[in-house]
Amino acid sequence: MEVNILIGGAAGQGMETIMNLLGKALVREGFGLIYTKDYMSRVRGGHNFSRLRIAPGSPWTTVESADVLVALNEETYHFHQGNLSPSGRVIYDPELFNLPEGENRAVPVEMKKLAEEAGGKVMANTVAVGALLVLLGLETQAVEELLKDTFAGKDGVAEKNIKALKKGYDTAARSCSACFDLPPKNEGSKSLFIDGNQVLGMGALASGCRFLSAYPMTPSTGIMNYLAGKSPEYPVVVEQAEDEIAAINMALGASYTGVRAMTCTSGGGFSLMVEGVSLAGMTETPLVIVVAMRPGPATGLPTRTEQADLEFVLHSGHGEFPRAVLSATSHEDAFYRLNKAFELADRYQTPVFFLSDQNFADTHRSVEPYDFSRLAYNRHLAEAGGFEKPYKRYRITESGISPRALPGQFENEVVLVDSDEHDENGNIIEDASTRRAMVEKRMRKQKALAEEMDEPDLYGDPHPEVLLIGWGSTYGVIREAVDALAALGTKAAMLHFSDLWPLPQKRLSGLLAEVEKSYCIENNARGQLSALIRRETGLSIGDSILRYDGRPFLPREIVEEVQNDL
Amino acid sequence: MTCKADNYIIGETAWCPGCGNFAIREALAGALADLCLDSHQVLLVSGIGQAAKIPHYIRVNGFNGLHGRALPPAVGARVANKNLKVIVESGDGDSYGEGGNHFIHNIRRNPDIAHFVHDNQVYGLTKGQASPTSEPGMKTGVQVEGVTVPPLNPLALALVMGAGFIARCFSGEKEHLKETMKAAINFSGYALIDILQPCVSFNKVNTHGWYKNRVFFPEIEDPGDWSAAMELSRQWGEQIPLGIFYNKPHQTFEESRAALVGEPLSFRSFNPEACSSLQEEFL
Repeated sequence: MEVNILIGGAAGQGMETIMNLLGKALVREGFGLIYTKDYMSRVRGGHNFSRLRIAPGSPWTTVESADVLVALNEETYHFHQGNLSPSGRVIYDPELFNLPEGENRAVPVEMKKLAEEAGGKVMANTVAVGALLVLLGLETQAVEELLKDTFAGKDGVAEKNIKALKKGYDTAARSCSACFDLPPKNEGSKSLFIDGNQVLGMGALASGCRFLSAYPMTPSTGIMNYLAGKSPEYPVVVEQAEDEIAAINMALGASYTGVRAMTCTSGGGFSLMVEGVSLAGMTETPLVIVVAMRPGPATGLPTRTEQADLEFVLHSGHGEFPRAVLSATSHEDAFYRLNKAFELADRYQTPVFFLSDQNFADTHRSVEPYDFSRLAYNRHLAEAGGFEKPYKRYRITESGISPRALPGQFENEVVLVDSDEHDENGNIIEDASTRRAMVEKRMRKQKALAEEMDEPDLYGDPHPEVLLIGWGSTYGVIREAVDALAALGTKAAMLHFSDLWPLPQKRLSGLLAEVEKSYCIENNARGQLSALIRRETGLSIGDSILRYDGRPFLPREIVEEVQNDL
Repeated sequence: MTCKADNYIIGETAWCPGCGNFAIREALAGALADLCLDSHQVLLVSGIGQAAKIPHYIRVNGFNGLHGRALPPAVGARVANKNLKVIVESGDGDSYGEGGNHFIHNIRRNPDIAHFVHDNQVYGLTKGQASPTSEPGMKTGVQVEGVTVPPLNPLALALVMGAGFIARCFSGEKEHLKETMKAAINFSGYALIDILQPCVSFNKVNTHGWYKNRVFFPEIEDPGDWSAAMELSRQWGEQIPLGIFYNKPHQTFEESRAALVGEPLSFRSFNPEACSSLQEEFL
């Protein structure tokens, strides 16, 4: 029991407005849903569409088929009518175009005209929301409340929108009312309606991030927008740097001087940052770097998704130094995992990467509210009396971690950091024995860091015949594929990595020895996790299922590949 | 601590005997002493180059970062702790070449940073190639036909970009340099001093004597006169003016950010649980 809605049109026609309004109202009503975007790298024109799936619980993926198609232009109808279920409906504006004769699923709504009657054609999207509500058999009240919240303080705007909403509702009611069965509502506390970038922005802020320096780059920009919108109410400074080189170096300066700092970018921008990554490693400066992946090489497909920068991030920066690589798997997990990234960066005084991608960044889901008491804030700074005087930034210790003081923290103590190889005090050296001691000190941190990595998530049959391995944003789709395989009688399980480096190996090694068939499912062309696992463990994963056309996997595709093999 | 210049001087330097860097270091130590700044309240940020080694030779906090990237970490440091006096000190290649983009945009940004550029018109660390300020015609191992492009004029560029404080000094006029450094450190906003200095090893054109015979101190009646400052910035050749050409503060980067009002961000306490109301907007 589920309903799938697809809205399509040209860039600039306001699909996002419709989905945000409808999605949030539905979540407020208690429905579980997911909303994904498929958009082109242009501000006007082209063909963009969004999918909304309302299903029991909180669905993980959207599907190809649609029950309701909102065609904001004629092209959308022709592109997607093949996916429309026989009992589906098409909402369209008969003043813009006509549907072919014999199309008996039509719900004509004069969106532009009705919006003008309500006070302005800009509200055509609100008319469409009204039409959708009646088809779903819902009242307009939740959306009315939302409109009042959204336009609070703007004289008459909410009222006009409510008028538009009702006009859409009444007009569509002539064609069809409550023609779809919605799934049962979720019980318990209200859920959030939130996208991936908002999860990461909120996670950073609640982890005590005080400075974000970045250069806008899709699909990471939403993080910048979120944090910028919270200043000055929250003590966070967002600086749009002149380039990504400045962005990472600014963040390092802020971190060295004492705040939790972060930068975010995508592959191209990250390419510019890598000398700074190496500087973070050498100066032992904590830093969280969010890399929201999109298809490369070069400019690639700017608004689409890929997981092809795992190896790049893993090897970024010249020289050898410890690092951690974590990833965004689900909205539920990413909030806490980004907090872990900040904690690791501070504890081990080294760069920590957080891999996201367009599929995660732009997807909204209904999720239960987060428990902020689970977030940690440990700065691991030197305390008065807790270090040998004079203070030395790179004091050699057993763990490799030196007491970290901030400039200005202690009277008459100075903190010197250097990108050259240095002695305990931070002064340039060239002698072999100090060099050896410093390399060994830095690399000792990697050992302890490895103990911090979470083993991959195991979901499904505890003794599977088929093991599906993945990482990052494929969590939901592989999980649904496991469920679908189980329903078909295949004993399947998912092993999904959130923490990628240092690679946690225990659970993987145990399982691989047991299963008959294993697949590594990745949004890249070369199977980068599969190769990493082979390199680190000597174990080979049976097969790869790869997708590199810039689109996220569908559960059906994975199920078919596995079944063809069995 | 007692405010004596000697207290700031540390370390065995790796500079050539006769290098202009020595005088610049002494002037800086003198300026810090005259202003009686505590070592732990000053941060010296540099990039890479001979000049950029200075954080190792002055006892204050130091961030010796990447080539060309001295300004960005200095900005980050000002965000984190606006109580620190932040001084960026680096060479002409670092500041105007590799770091040219940061130079331009930080003038626009106007953080409260004093930027002292050791301008010897040549690359020292890599042994004698042309820098962005090298004289046309100067022959080097790379510019074998002589430098063929005109030099970058840092002061004119800074003025055009809206810098509030620009000055030219010479390492051979140490007392003037010290006084100008004090003015730059006390200036509210981005303050640039282009410091002419000889490179005894690699610049055989612009020697100590070459500068000594040309520099003079013009009468500057109104340091808020932009056109007069531009004229002085562009004067080069037989007569090279020294002094604070322009001095007119305007709103700084720090003043423009409401989040920075109050205690430095670095020393504010924080509790994640106090942020739980953040999720209300998503309900």
